Amino acid sequence: MAFAAPKETFSGKVFEVTIGADKTAVFGGENVLPFHLFEGSVPNSPVIAYEIQDVVPDDWPETVRKVYKSVSGDPITWAKYCQDELNAKAIALRLVSTHPDRENRSPEDAAKTVKDVLSAINIPLIILGSNHIEKDSSVLIRASEAAKGKNCVIGKAQEGNYKTITAAAMANNHKLIAMSELDINLSKQLNILITQMGFDKEKLITDPMCSALGYGLEYTYSVMERIRLAALIQNDTTMQPPMIADVGMYTWKTKEAQALESDLPLWGSLAERGIAWEAVTASALLMSGAELLIMRHPEAVKAVEKFIEELV
Amino acid sequence: MLIIGEKLSIIAKRVREAMMKRDKGPIQEIATRQWKEGSGMIDANIGPAEDGGEDLMQWMVTTIQEVVPLPICLDTTNYQAIEAGLKVHNNKWGRPLINSTSNDPERFPILELAAKYNSQIIGLTVGKGGLPADAEERAAIAAEIMARAMEYGVPLEDIYLDPLVLQIATSQDHAMKVIDAIKMFREMNDPPMKTVVGLSNISNGCPKHIRPILNKYYFIMLMNAGLDAAIADAHEMAEAMQEKQLVDDILAGKEIEDKEKMKVVQKTLDVIMNKTLYAHSYLEM
Repeated sequence: MAFAAPKETFSGKVFEVTIGADKTAVFGGENVLPFHLFEGSVPNSPVIAYEIQDVVPDDWPETVRKVYKSVSGDPITWAKYCQDELNAKAIALRLVSTHPDRENRSPEDAAKTVKDVLSAINIPLIILGSNHIEKDSSVLIRASEAAKGKNCVIGKAQEGNYKTITAAAMANNHKLIAMSELDINLSKQLNILITQMGFDKEKLITDPMCSALGYGLEYTYSVMERIRLAALIQNDTTMQPPMIADVGMYTWKTKEAQALESDLPLWGSLAERGIAWEAVTASALLMSGAELLIMRHPEAVKAVEKFIEELV
Repeated sequence: MLIIGEKLSIIAKRVREAMMKRDKGPIQEIATRQWKEGSGMIDANIGPAEDGGEDLMQWMVTTIQEVVPLPICLDTTNYQAIEAGLKVHNNKWGRPLINSTSNDPERFPILELAAKYNSQIIGLTVGKGGLPADAEERAAIAAEIMARAMEYGVPLEDIYLDPLVLQIATSQDHAMKVIDAIKMFREMNDPPMKTVVGLSNISNGCPKHIRPILNKYYFIMLMNAGLDAAIADAHEMAEAMQEKQLVDDILAGKEIEDKEKMKVVQKTLDVIMNKTLYAHSYLEM
């Protein structure tokens, strides 16, 4: 008798989300666990967005900073470089300069940057605040308005500021990232609160909070896995938005991505190490259910895109 | 079902202040209310009580038993404080209950006190390491506590095994594991081992208005599994008893007339059984 592989099917399905206005990107839509093509339908592959900032990334380690040396002085040039030279499918613009402890730039400045970047590219844009609860509220309101009609992703709405950011995303017809801090129950709660404001759950993207390999990756992995199981097995609509993994920011902060070979010769090539760290972290989170990734190093992105290609 | 009235805890501000000032009024008022509402015993939780624990426990025991004809559950990790409480406990109102021994070597000697003063004792099924992972691990720890109790000369009939209720808001999958543990504990001896839970921990960290709802329906499910005693609010438990038939009907898959009530009960049972993911607003979904 021929062997028939057991198949698991689910009642739930991840929402399919389309972002961008000119060239679009689509992710989500599957009704199976990540890459289980043999069990159901996986209409879209995960999408990787290149991270850029509105200031020179002095805080990025040399390995990844030097890649963008000639373009990172200006977010418009940087965005175009990612789109035209690196074939980015999407860009994630982080408005770090608005943070009160950094340059403390105004929401108006941020809105101008968003407008300028949008006029230079035709791929989808993810607009991120500086992760300052109060400041993000005002910055993302103006940024949302500046990006009206461009079907961007706005983020991140958190427990302390979701009301204003949700209202801004809703008024300007954008998608929205809802981030909670590594707690599946709080993640569900935030999605409920946001949808109770009238925001369409099919326009949400869940961020369970990322972490890097060696720095709590297993927590993010486990929360993502359980979110996905709730979406599929329990058909829990509050957990059916696709998930985002903000990989670059977390991996390039690690010691492994920065420690010099002269200090730690046994750790091997610094250049390869950082790239590998980012690629491995990203791959692990793809396996736990991430559909949208934010990454920094082109070599890491290439490796992960190849990995995705081989799996679908 | 034995309800051990839970409201006299050092964690509550009003109770803590009364304890510190040795103000009998609030303590006796709360104890009396718990008694009138159906408690068969009163929990006196004085915390770790490192300084002056002996005096505080004696004061609590005598203060409560002055107005309430019930035995006391002596709730502290302080060995000396437990012994001091046992010395003044009025056994005319029933035998005291020590809360608790466990599988942590530091808590073994507390069994001596149960033997010496002919007291009942709670065996909390946790060890020195982390929390028990599942019902089986709880049962394994229970077996060790039972063996040790026999070494110390404490009859198994005097032990209440406590599977340790965890917060549903952070450890949702443990709600059913605790229920399974209750069933397993009962099978570990003939007559069945007695069981107890610290009930309200299930809803710790949840919004205030849903706490009694979770407490009550979880209590009914535990009762159905054979639970003997609960450290709980007697008022809430009296309400739970009034709703028991209705909840049992819903558990059996029957429709009940009150549709709103049915929704609340069904959603809560689904959360307890881990069929839907808990969120603070689960009742609104």
